[in-house]
Order: sequence, then C-alpha cells, then structure tokens
Amino acid sequence: MSTSASFFSDFQITDLLFLGEAAGRTLGISAVSITIGTVLGCVFGWALQESKWLAQVTIGTILDVFRSVPLIIQLILFYNFFPIIGWKMGPFAAGAFVLSIYTAALVANVVRGGIDAVGDPMRRAARSLGMSYWHDLRYVVWPIGLRAVFPSWVGVALSVIKDSALVSVLGYLELLRASQILITRTQEPFIILACAGAFYFALSYPLSKYSKKLEEGWAS
Amino acid sequence: MIEIKQLHKYFGALHVLQGIDLNVSKGEVLSIIGSSGSGKSTLLYCINGLEEIQQGQVVVDGTPVHDRKTDINKLRQRLGMVFQQWNSFPHLTALENVALAPKIVKKVSRDQAKSIAEKQLKHVGLGDKLDVYPSALSGGQQQRLAIARALAMEPEYMLFDEATSALDPELVGEVLDTMRLLAEEGMTMICVTHEMGFARDVSDRVAYFHQGVMEEVGPPEQIFGAPQSVHTQKFLANVR
Repeated sequence: MSTSASFFSDFQITDLLFLGEAAGRTLGISAVSITIGTVLGCVFGWALQESKWLAQVTIGTILDVFRSVPLIIQLILFYNFFPIIGWKMGPFAAGAFVLSIYTAALVANVVRGGIDAVGDPMRRAARSLGMSYWHDLRYVVWPIGLRAVFPSWVGVALSVIKDSALVSVLGYLELLRASQILITRTQEPFIILACAGAFYFALSYPLSKYSKKLEEGWAS
Repeated sequence: MIEIKQLHKYFGALHVLQGIDLNVSKGEVLSIIGSSGSGKSTLLYCINGLEEIQQGQVVVDGTPVHDRKTDINKLRQRLGMVFQQWNSFPHLTALENVALAPKIVKKVSRDQAKSIAEKQLKHVGLGDKLDVYPSALSGGQQQRLAIARALAMEPEYMLFDEATSALDPELVGEVLDTMRLLAEEGMTMICVTHEMGFARDVSDRVAYFHQGVMEEVGPPEQIFGAPQSVHTQKFLANVR
C-alpha cells in the first residue's frame, strides 16, 4: 500500500465536460468580439474609404497601432490599465474589449477593400439612376462589396476564434486556460491538447463550412 | 430643354471644358464626336451632376444642375445615363437590375417595379433574359440591360457615353439598333460616340469637340459634308 499522496489524477470523462464549458466561453467571447468588431470595423472602414484625409490621421493611426502590436501585449496592457482609470473590468470584459478593437482594425481593412472592389464607375452608374448616397451604399456597395471580401472576413473571424486563446493570460477560463489546468492535474498534455484542438476545430469548422455554402449560393 | 452656358471645367490645372455653350431641345438627337480627351464625356458627367463645374451653368428644364438647393437625385431621374462600361449590378438578375431603382428611388410597389422592368427589358429585346444574371449575358446584352435600367426611371433625356466603344465589333450593332429605336420614338438624346455612321444617320445635330472646345456644331450634312473648322476636317479625314 502506498503511503504517498498523489497530486495527479487521470483524465476523466467529466474533464471533457469541463473543456466543453470552457469551449462555450471561447465561443462566447469570440462571438461578442467578432460581432462588435465587425460592426465597428464596417464603420471605420467606410470612414477610411470615404473621408480619406481626416479619418486616415485619426482612425487610421489608431487601427494601425492595434494591428501592429501583438495581441498578448494589448491584453495585458489594457487589463492593467483599466483599474488605473477607475474602470472595474473583469477578464471577460477586458478581453472582449481588446479583441473587439483588434477585430475592428482587421475588419476595417477588409471593408475598405470591399468598397474599393465595387469601384467608382459602378457607384456612378447607381447615382445616375437617381439613387442617393445611402441607397448606393445599401443596395449596391454593400451586396457587391460583401461578396468580394466575404472570404477575407471569414478569415478574420476564424483567426479571432483562435486568437481568443490569448485571453487566458488574463485568467479567463476559456479553452486554453482550461486545458492548462487539466494538464497540470493529469500530466497528460498530449491527450488534453488534442481534445482542446478538437474543440477549436468544432467551433471553427461550421463557420467555414457555412461560409463556403453561402459563397456557392452567391456564385450560382 | 438642356441649356449649357459658358461651362468651364478643370481637373486640377487641366482645363478640360473651355466655355461650352450648347442647347439641346426636347426630341432632339445630338451626337458629340471628337478625339479622346477632348472633354466630350466630361460634358455628359457635368450635365447630370456627376462632376462639379468651376464656372458657367447647366440648366435642365429650368433647374440649375449644380445649384446647392437642387435635389440632384430627383433631377437625375430625368436624365438617364448609359456608360462605356455597362456596370450591371452583378448580384441581381436582369429583371432585378432594372426594377431596383424604380423600387427604391421612385418607391413604386414591388409588382409595379417588376412590370416596369419587364416592359423595358422587352423594349430593348431582352424579354427572354428576365431571370438571367449579368454574368451570363454578352457585352451587348449587358449594355442593352443598362439602357433598360436607365429607361425604367422614365427619363426625359438619355445621355450615352461611348455606349459601344467597350464592345466587341460584332456586338456594336445590337446596341446601336436599340439607340436608333429610342431616337425614332422621339427620345431626347445626347450621344458621345465614335460611331460616325450612327452620328450621321440618326442625329439631328452633330457637335465636334477638340481640346475642351466645341469647334463646330450643326446638322450632320454640314459636319460630315462640309466641315468648317480645320480640326473637324482633320479629325474626319482620319476616322474615315
């Protein structure tokens, strides 16, 4: 009979449940960030495209910074910065904030490309029919631009799902953080990381599959 | 009536329209000829307010186009325009392409917009292509679609900006035929064109543009038969 107490225990089926819950949180923070980031990115991208000079020096500069500084540094900086200015933000809120702006910075560029893809001649043709600026934006630029850059947007969304793993440095219990906890307990990194990878795949695959289907629908 | 008075237009330092005076009456077909860069297309863009002007005036049925108080979107409904590149909306079927503007600009009902679109597509000979996407149409068909799309707004005037010059030679005829049809129906038209045959046969008047100046304007017999300006003579000698 062994007298020594064991610090480690094997991987159990309930651990999968633990990982599943964490995957839910990964999905949650990704969905929130992608949604907010996409809406902001559309506004920023439009502003950058349409009012070139002013937007470029203001929004353009800020987005350049967010696009260039590694996400992990942004997360740590903001998480520690918020309490200094008196904002009480938990890991989820801080993580979602940074991920949203980061997403917006990437999406803004995609949106710019989309508006560019429509081109001035097409927009002039729309305006020549008596469409207002907003009609042109809503009925011509949006549908045509969307089809042109949708694959790029899906690329951004998928990378944000994966990048959300970095929010683990703030202590937010998402998929990667949960995996680290389990690895420490079970000492079975291979099996746990494989499970975590499978969860990430399960989160991303439907999006990429669905987007392919959507694109095929547009192409036909 | 379209009245153009002492129109000056600059692109930066480039003086592209140098004091154009021109009137186009209801029912008239005016062709504008001239070499590339002579300002013909720019004039059309100025007429429907797609380009700002620096001096002078363009007045359409008594409304100054470039006046800040003018509702330009409303005015443009009177001025159909067809471009060199047909610019069909690729995400919409032929029918939807034509029905879109009546639906959202004129706010007619969906059924009404559909019947307007059907009528205009039949008008330009695309009655059998209603549910086809532009990608499945030839250049000539897409250009006729663009004509139908402009006609759906029931414009008083049609502006054609080199409507056939981006087309393969064998497709030019069908677009010119459609333009001829409109002229016969009494549509007021300003056609910037390189098709001298069309300009001669269909126009009431022909204007020759040279380096931002309207060198000569008159009936086709005069311009093609006995051009007054040296530049016109040179140009016509080269294109014949």
